[in-house]
Amino acid sequence: MSTETSTLNLFIGENDEYIINMGPQHPSTHGVLRLELALKGELVERVVPHVGYIHRGIEKMSEKLPYPQIIHLTDRMDYLSALMNNEAVCLAAESALQVEVPERVKYVRTILAELQRLASHQLWWCAFGMDLGALTTFFYGLRDREKILDIFEESFGSRLLHSYYLPGGLMHDIHPNFQKRVKEFLKYFRKKLPEYDQLLTGNVIFQNRVKGIGLLSKEDAISYGVTGPSGRGSGFACDVRKHQPYSAYDKVEFTECLHTDGDTWARYKVRVQEMWESMHIIEQLIDNIPEGDYTAKMKAIIKLPAGEYFQRVETARGELAVYIVSDGNKTPYRIHFRTPNFSNMFVMSKIGVGCKIADLVALGGSLDLVIPDIDR
Amino acid sequence: MRFDIYDFTSFTQDIDRLLQENLTPFWATVAELTIVGVVILAFYALVGLFLVYAERKVCAFMQNRLGPNRVGPFGIFQTIADLIKLLMKELIPIKHADKILFNLAPFIVIIASFMAIAAIPFARGLHAIDLNIGVFYVFAVSSMGVIGILLAGWSSNNKYSLIGAMRSGAMVVSYELSVGLSLLSIVIFAGTMQLSGIVESQADGWWIFKGHIPAFIAFLLFITASTAETNRGPFDLAEAESELTAGFHTEYSGIRFAFFFLAEYMNMFIVASIAVTIFLGGWMPLQFGGLEGFNTVMAYIPPLVWFFLKVAFVIYLMMWFKWTFPRLRIDQILTLEWKYLLPLSLINTVLIALVVLLGWHF
Repeated sequence: MSTETSTLNLFIGENDEYIINMGPQHPSTHGVLRLELALKGELVERVVPHVGYIHRGIEKMSEKLPYPQIIHLTDRMDYLSALMNNEAVCLAAESALQVEVPERVKYVRTILAELQRLASHQLWWCAFGMDLGALTTFFYGLRDREKILDIFEESFGSRLLHSYYLPGGLMHDIHPNFQKRVKEFLKYFRKKLPEYDQLLTGNVIFQNRVKGIGLLSKEDAISYGVTGPSGRGSGFACDVRKHQPYSAYDKVEFTECLHTDGDTWARYKVRVQEMWESMHIIEQLIDNIPEGDYTAKMKAIIKLPAGEYFQRVETARGELAVYIVSDGNKTPYRIHFRTPNFSNMFVMSKIGVGCKIADLVALGGSLDLVIPDIDR
Repeated sequence: MRFDIYDFTSFTQDIDRLLQENLTPFWATVAELTIVGVVILAFYALVGLFLVYAERKVCAFMQNRLGPNRVGPFGIFQTIADLIKLLMKELIPIKHADKILFNLAPFIVIIASFMAIAAIPFARGLHAIDLNIGVFYVFAVSSMGVIGILLAGWSSNNKYSLIGAMRSGAMVVSYELSVGLSLLSIVIFAGTMQLSGIVESQADGWWIFKGHIPAFIAFLLFITASTAETNRGPFDLAEAESELTAGFHTEYSGIRFAFFFLAEYMNMFIVASIAVTIFLGGWMPLQFGGLEGFNTVMAYIPPLVWFFLKVAFVIYLMMWFKWTFPRLRIDQILTLEWKYLLPLSLINTVLIALVVLLGWHF
C-alpha cells in the first residue's frame, strides 16, 4: 500500500488462487457494483471494480432534452444528494445566462442542501453500521432520516427524487411550515446525534474494526481525485463550499472537517462531524431567509449562449462538476458530469489490497458509494 | 401414578415400572426410548419456534420497532407461518454440489444439538440420561455441529460458503478451549462431572455467588466463548451477512435451511441451559443463608419455572449483545481467544483450584 507502487495490476488471471465476485448482487456493495477479488485465504490480493451494470446514458439523453428537463435526470445519478445535483445544473445555467437569482433562493438552496447532506450522512451511518454487522444502527439512522424526508415531502411533495430547482430559482415557494419544522428537527436531532456515538462510535469492537483500515494517503487521494468526506479524511482540503462558495455558503460560518489519518476511522469521524456542521449551517440561515421571489425572471425556453460552462458543487459524497458545451440551442451540445463516486470507488483497487474481506466491506462502506452515480 | 411438580423421579419411575410390567424388557426399552425421543422432538420444535419469535421481538425492542404483529395476537403465529412457508419451498438442487454431503450436513448440525439436549436436567429427575461424565458429554456432542457446518460449506460448491465454513471451523476449534476450561472450573468446585450432581451441589447457593470472583469470571468467559461457538453475533462470522451473503448456508433452501436455522436457535438454548446448570444453579431456586422466609417463598416456585426463567435470562443476554455489537473480524476473533481468553481461563482455573484448596468458597 505504499505510494511508490504507481502501476496497479488490474488483471485477474489463472495464476490467482481464489477468485470471487463480490456483486453485482451482494448486500454490502450497496447496489449493482461488481468487485472482482483475488483472494489468498482471507487476504485480498487484488480488487478489480467492474462498473456499468446500471448505466442509463444520462449524459447522452441530456443532449436531447431542454435544461429544465435535464434536472430531472440529475436526480437519478446520486439519488441521496438529488437536490445538490439539481443545484449543479441550475448554477451552471444561471452563470451562463448571467441571471442573478434572488437571495431567498440562495438561502433556501443552501438550507435544503445541508438537510439533504444530513439525510445522506444518516443513511450512510446506518449502512456503515450494517456493513460492520451492527444491525441496530440501521433503524436509528432511518428513524431520524424520516423526519427530514417528511419535511421534504411537505415542502415539495417528494421524498427522494426532488427535482425542486429550475434554472433561475425554485419550482415553487417553500411551504409556510418549512422554517418551523426545520427548527423542530434541529432541536430533535441535536439530542439524537449523541446517541449515534453511544451506539457505535465508542464501541471497542467498532473502533478495532475501522482503525488503520484502508489507509489512503493525501497524495493518493489527490491523484485519484477522491473528494468529499473520503478525501477530507486523508487531509485533502477539497470542500467546494469553502474554497469556491456558491449559493449562500459565503454568508455562513462553518469549519471544513479535516482528518489526516486517511483510514476508515478518519472518514467515519469526518462524516459524523459534518452532520454537526450541517446543523450549524442551517441554524445560521433558517431564521434569516429573506423575503422575495422564489425565482428570477426567466424566459419560457432557456437557451444557453454558445460556449463552455463549468460548475462545481459539493454533494454529500464529494465534488460534482457539470461541464456544459452549448451551441446556442435549447438543448446542450454535450453535457458531462464529473461525479464524485466514480473516482472515490476506483481508489478501492489501491487501498483494498492487503485487507481482509471484512475490511474491504468496511472500507467500501466508509467511501459511501452510490452506484447509479458511478454509472450515470 | 404420582405426579409431583417438585420432583419428577417418582413419576418417571412409575412410567418405567408400568412398561416393565406389561412388556418384555426389550420392548419396554424400545417404548421408553420412543417416548423420550418423541417428547424431546416435540420440545425441540416448540422451543425452536418460541426462540425465533422471541428473538424477533427482542431485536425489534432494541431497534425501535414492533416486530411481528400481524399473524395472530402479538404475531405469535408468525414463526409457524414462516415454518409452513419453509416446508413448502422448493429444495433447489445445486449444480456440481457433493450431493451426499450436501444433504447430510443439516442433519449433522441438528443431530448434534438434539443429542446435547438429552443430558440437560430440567428439574429433579427430569432428564433423558444422567451420565456421570455429563459435562464432558455435552461438551463433546455440542461441538460436533461444526462438522455439519464444514460439510455444508465444502459441499455446496460456493466460494463464499467455503470461506464461511473455514471461519467457523477455526473459530469453534479455538473457542472450545475456553468453554472447556470455564466448565472445568466449576467441576473443580463441585467435585463431580454429573450434571445433576452439579445442580445438587448448588442447593444452598449458586456457584456464581458461592465461587467468589473466579466463578464470575468463568461465567463471563463461558458466555463469550460459547456465543462464539454457536456462531452468533458478534461472532457470526460464519454467516456474516454483509460479507459472505449468508456464509455456509447460502445455497440451502426450504426445510434444509430451516434445519440450520433451528439448530442455531437450539444451540443457543443448549448453551444457555448449560450456563444455567453449571453457574446459575440449574433448576434450584434462589437461596440465601439466613433468610428463611425468602427461601421458603423461592422454594415454592416449581423448579421447571426456575430453570426456564434463568435460561430466558441468559438467552436475553445473548440476544442483547448480538443486536448491539458490530461483528468482529476473523483475526481479531482468534486474537481474542488465543491471546486473552485462553490465558485468562488458564489463570482462572488455577485460581479456582487455589480457592478450593484453601477452602475460601462459601
